[in-house]
Amino acid sequence: MTNTQMSQDNQSYTDADSREFLSFVLGEEHYALDIMSVKEIRGYESVTKIANAPAFIKGVINLRGDIVPIVDLRLKFEIGEATYNEFTIVIMLNVMQRIVGIVVDGVSDVIRLADEEIRPPPEFGVAFDSQYLLGLVPIEDHMVILVNIESLISSEELGLVDTQITAPQE
Amino acid sequence: MSIDMEQFHGVFFDESQEHLDSMEQQLMDLELDNPDAEQLNSIFRAAHSIKGGSGIFGFDALTGLTHIMENLLDRARQGNIQLNEAMVNVLLETVDLLKKTLDTYKNKEEIDQNSIDEGIKTLELVLADESQSDTAAEALDKGSDDIEGFGFFESDTLADTVDSSPTDTPDTDTEEVEGFGFFEQPKPVTDEDGFGFFEAMPIKPEGTNKAYGFHHKNIGKSNAQGKASVASTSATPDKNTPSRKASEQPKKATESASIRVDTGKIDSLVNLVGELVITQSMLAVIGSEVTGETEEKLHSALAELQRNTQEIQESVMSMRMLPMSVTFNRFPRVVRDLSSKLGKKVDLQIEGGTTEIDKGMIEKLVDPLTHLVRNSIDHGIETVDGRLAAGKSETGTVILRAEQRGGSIEISITDDGAGLNRERILSKATENGLDFDPNMPETKVWDLIFEAGFSTAVEVTDVSGRGVGMDVVRRNIETIGGRIEIESTLGKGSVFRIHLPLTLAIVDGMCVSVGDQIFIVPLVNIVESIQPSKDQIKVISNDNLLWIREQYWPLIKLHKTMEIDNAINEPDKAIVVLIESSKKRFALLVDALVGQQQVVIKSLEKHYKRVTGVAGATIMGDGGVAMILDVESLAGLVKPPSTEGKKHD
Repeated sequence: MTNTQMSQDNQSYTDADSREFLSFVLGEEHYALDIMSVKEIRGYESVTKIANAPAFIKGVINLRGDIVPIVDLRLKFEIGEATYNEFTIVIMLNVMQRIVGIVVDGVSDVIRLADEEIRPPPEFGVAFDSQYLLGLVPIEDHMVILVNIESLISSEELGLVDTQITAPQE
Repeated sequence: MSIDMEQFHGVFFDESQEHLDSMEQQLMDLELDNPDAEQLNSIFRAAHSIKGGSGIFGFDALTGLTHIMENLLDRARQGNIQLNEAMVNVLLETVDLLKKTLDTYKNKEEIDQNSIDEGIKTLELVLADESQSDTAAEALDKGSDDIEGFGFFESDTLADTVDSSPTDTPDTDTEEVEGFGFFEQPKPVTDEDGFGFFEAMPIKPEGTNKAYGFHHKNIGKSNAQGKASVASTSATPDKNTPSRKASEQPKKATESASIRVDTGKIDSLVNLVGELVITQSMLAVIGSEVTGETEEKLHSALAELQRNTQEIQESVMSMRMLPMSVTFNRFPRVVRDLSSKLGKKVDLQIEGGTTEIDKGMIEKLVDPLTHLVRNSIDHGIETVDGRLAAGKSETGTVILRAEQRGGSIEISITDDGAGLNRERILSKATENGLDFDPNMPETKVWDLIFEAGFSTAVEVTDVSGRGVGMDVVRRNIETIGGRIEIESTLGKGSVFRIHLPLTLAIVDGMCVSVGDQIFIVPLVNIVESIQPSKDQIKVISNDNLLWIREQYWPLIKLHKTMEIDNAINEPDKAIVVLIESSKKRFALLVDALVGQQQVVIKSLEKHYKRVTGVAGATIMGDGGVAMILDVESLAGLVKPPSTEGKKHD
């Protein structure tokens, strides 16, 4: 999946009402997330498995001394095929003082969007629950789905954050 | 208030806190019949320092309170009034009020002026009472060597600029009282170096007597010992040494033995050194692959690096270590208040206050320890009548002890009270609907009191007995990697023992491999590792048991718990590690032992969440992540045999 260019040419870079998004590809679908929450982009490397974790949590890696979980969104939302090769990309996110890596099929571009360009998300039709979506943006011949990455990462569904306080798990 | 001043607030708060703690400590230690002059001085100075500081910063509530407190203390140290129990109580209450007010200022909240005014009024009342009897005391002065002696002694040892004797003791009396007034000791007290954390008073005229000075500094360490030294020294009057002031000078040299460092800085240093250790072990792995000319040079350089990093790590870790006395010091007060409230007589003994422990743990120990001590006094120690009826001495004893045992710290709370009552615990357990076996061994019965909602107190007091405590105590201790056990004999008393790791940041571990992953088992939990033979393996209802050393050990297959494929499943082809946790003993099946190693504990929870069976993670020499096993929660996976009736969910 290669997307050549998606930059909004008519957007001036000094526009205060616009935000930058990093767009990425999951299967056939195009997504984008707020670039301010992106820490870095790196290749997929071998992970250390975590016991009793759902399959989409691949495990943890050492990110310069921090133990960081890696989530494969393709497995979570059953989009495309979860293959791991030298082109597999991990976007390291910095959300709510936590670092989380998400595995995606590819990173396409940085797009700048003005608020009025963003359409409200549909109630159905995409893999993500609409509560994790910011909206939709038509770019050229396809739709880009804007993900509210913070609510997704902190969601109970993903189970990356301890929800219960101290209840024993056994 | 100008912004410039605000930067000093933190220092003022810290120092005042220390002053208040030391005031409390010394008030507690004060022997009312025969007050130690140096102690009175020291209390006075603490109040004076707070007053001075609060005046500068405009914390008027503090200034007002300390001012009147200072008046009272000033009279006391000059021998004009004799402190009694009630006055000490008022002073202690004032210290509490000051602490509260200090916190209020610290949090920039509204000051409760009413309570301040009330506190001032109480103090004024005490002061007014005493002024009336003052004249009588003065009259007494003329004839009594004792009182004059004190008066003289105190005025002469003043820390502050009060050089002229404000007492009404005429100088000509000196000769009569020299035995009391002068304890020869021109030497400076340098022993407090080790205690640098507490040094906050810039001017300490430890001019009196070494034993005295020692006592004060030692308060942080042990009261029980200190008391003995007061008793002995007060009985040893020495020859006349007129120039006491000379001895004040060398004292100042030891002033800067410690510096105040933000804990955040130390923590980040600890983290950085952790990184350094990881990088060093990565280098060692790479270095071992190098061959040829440079091999030898590289190896010796790497060995040097390893030694250096290890030393850096040790000394950085030691920066985080604080003596247990930091926590223990609060207990004399707790015990005093509680025992007088409950009408019991309790003697608290503190041992091993110098034992050092990680700062992070000290903070988390305060609550559990307070709870356990309160528990011992409330539930353990009987009333005076009860003790006499049981043929015991009137005064109960609670011993708070800390000691280092190999790689761990043991803290125990011992009381000579009634001990735990098996029947009452069991009947209470039935009442609470807990599932148990009535014939289970005592240790299991004692463990019941750690269940949530458990309390054996006949009456719920405001001290304890609501049953919200012991389960929290155990949980708190477990979160810092410790365990607690109880030993108790009915009628003789109980011992609560807390075992803690030395530090939270590194662990001595055994690396084991399972499939293609490495796990770390904390060394302290390992009994031994063996390769079992086929006839040692028994199967009971699909669970494997191992027969080792005349005992059956339940077998946990680590690859099953950790969901790892391609691991060895047959115990006779693999290795079992025998593990002992606070709850159970079990055998852990792993593929192979890789080696023993000190690892830096990294939090999994920081970016992920708690994982059952895993205490944390670490970074191995190759940069990969390995999980550190949590044997306590693994032990929870062992199916309880039918003879055990513990609740199982």
